[in-house]
Amino acid sequence: MSESILKAENLNAWFGPVQALKNIDLEFSPHSVTALIGPSGCGKSTFVRCLNRLHEEVPGATAQGKVILQGKNIYDVAVDPVLIRRKIGMVFQKPNPFPSLSIMENVVAGLKLAGIRRKSILMEVTERSLKQAALWDEVKDKLNQPGTSLSGGQQQRLCIARALAVEPPILLMDEPTSALDPISTAKIEELVVQLKKNMTVIMVTHNMQQAARISDKTAFFLLGDLVEFGETSSVFTVPREKRTEQYITGKFG
Amino acid sequence: MIKPPKRKDVRRADRVFFGVIRSLSALIVLALVSMGLFLFDASELAIKKNGFVSFILSSEWDPVQDAYGALPVIFGTVVSSLLSLLIAFPLSVGIALFLNEIAPAKLARVTGFLVEMLAAIPSVIYGLWGIFVLLPWLRVHVQPFLISKLGFLPLFQGPAYGVGMFSAGLILSLMILPTISSIAREVFAAIPRIQRESALALGATRWEMIKLAVLKSSKGGLFGAMMLGLGRALGETMAVTMVIGNRAQIVSSLFAPAQTMASVIANEYAEATSDIHLSSLALVGLLLFLVTFVTSSIARILIWRVK
Repeated sequence: MSESILKAENLNAWFGPVQALKNIDLEFSPHSVTALIGPSGCGKSTFVRCLNRLHEEVPGATAQGKVILQGKNIYDVAVDPVLIRRKIGMVFQKPNPFPSLSIMENVVAGLKLAGIRRKSILMEVTERSLKQAALWDEVKDKLNQPGTSLSGGQQQRLCIARALAVEPPILLMDEPTSALDPISTAKIEELVVQLKKNMTVIMVTHNMQQAARISDKTAFFLLGDLVEFGETSSVFTVPREKRTEQYITGKFG
Repeated sequence: MIKPPKRKDVRRADRVFFGVIRSLSALIVLALVSMGLFLFDASELAIKKNGFVSFILSSEWDPVQDAYGALPVIFGTVVSSLLSLLIAFPLSVGIALFLNEIAPAKLARVTGFLVEMLAAIPSVIYGLWGIFVLLPWLRVHVQPFLISKLGFLPLFQGPAYGVGMFSAGLILSLMILPTISSIAREVFAAIPRIQRESALALGATRWEMIKLAVLKSSKGGLFGAMMLGLGRALGETMAVTMVIGNRAQIVSSLFAPAQTMASVIANEYAEATSDIHLSSLALVGLLLFLVTFVTSSIARILIWRVK
């Protein structure tokens, strides 16, 4: 296995007094897709939200442990979470373009935050990101319309384009297709496989077929524990743990 | 065995209930209409004698000479209200942002409560505080300072009386602050959490997140909050009457005494003896009624749309 790009070490997370993650150790190798599966409330979403330090933005939420990004612990006191979030993109469960911004403004929102204002660069990035997100052909003639005028599936791809615009080495996706129809879902799955060439994708999903279809590795979470982590093909065919087997065969969850 | 109530009885209870509720709601509409009608009726003489347009445009209000032109009091109302908005709006939005987005929950609860309490203080208390605390301070410290530094502007000329447009605007701004800030807080609270998180996830600092996810999406609602504050400022009577100086005149200096539509009614109604004086005051009242009604309606519609 190649050197990992992102690594969680002994990661714990709480919501107030309730522990949501217990001593998670997990490594992600570059140019891979990792699926995080598990029943609702198992901590998989909390885990990805710890990876870009978004978890701590929830009132009362805390995290402890290490997350090593390219050799540096992002939980080090000297680290500014804002800079971390510029390197780790995120796509949420519900499509959430900024309602007051146009399609193009949505795409370049992250660049503008990073201080890039040159019109030619913004235009270039808009086209590149929208193409990457497989949305360019559908919106190229209406870049100035509000982002919320698009359909749900298009909005989600717009959000993906928005995350891609700053060229993050890592992309977190928190159940990105659970609010979408099957066709939009298929488009996004296809997209994720393409994205792997340029970045590392970590995706939470409720849908085990989805995990099996697109991921290289799969991690199974249960009640805040990481139960099993391995190659997707072996997790789904010969799981090492009894609980994994029960979950993927539909015995609970 | 317990018998279920007969369907007929249930229906009767429903009918009575709806009847009561409906007539109570009708009563409120009726009260509103009756106020409008009363003002319209009472101001008939003034309209007949002076004409509506010339009443509004004529700039002399002098009951001794039986001259009733509403322009000075309209001017006083507009200027004092705008002045108060100018001060209160940015302050209120700042307070709302601080309480909703930055302050820890406990501090936000306590401070939020105190700000809301400002709205519970009777207007006459603001007036008394204005006369005994604010005005002497303005007269001795603030106004002489402004006159010496900015006296070249027509806005800050003349003697420092304490009473006047400036003081009225200041008092008003304190009084409308809780209105604007509590509406602004509701507007901000209506923005989904995920909106803020997606800004943060893009690498926004807290301030950038507030600009991108909070302020940009709440323009309409904030405008509504402002209009609601304006509506309150336009109609506020007691405190303004106590500190504005009560002279119906149109002058450029904010330090000069002035008169508003509300304060002229409160001041002169008890002493008005002639029919035309009373009727003119009623006409001022009708104007004020219409203006505040329209302003507040616009505000409400804007705020509803946000929610």
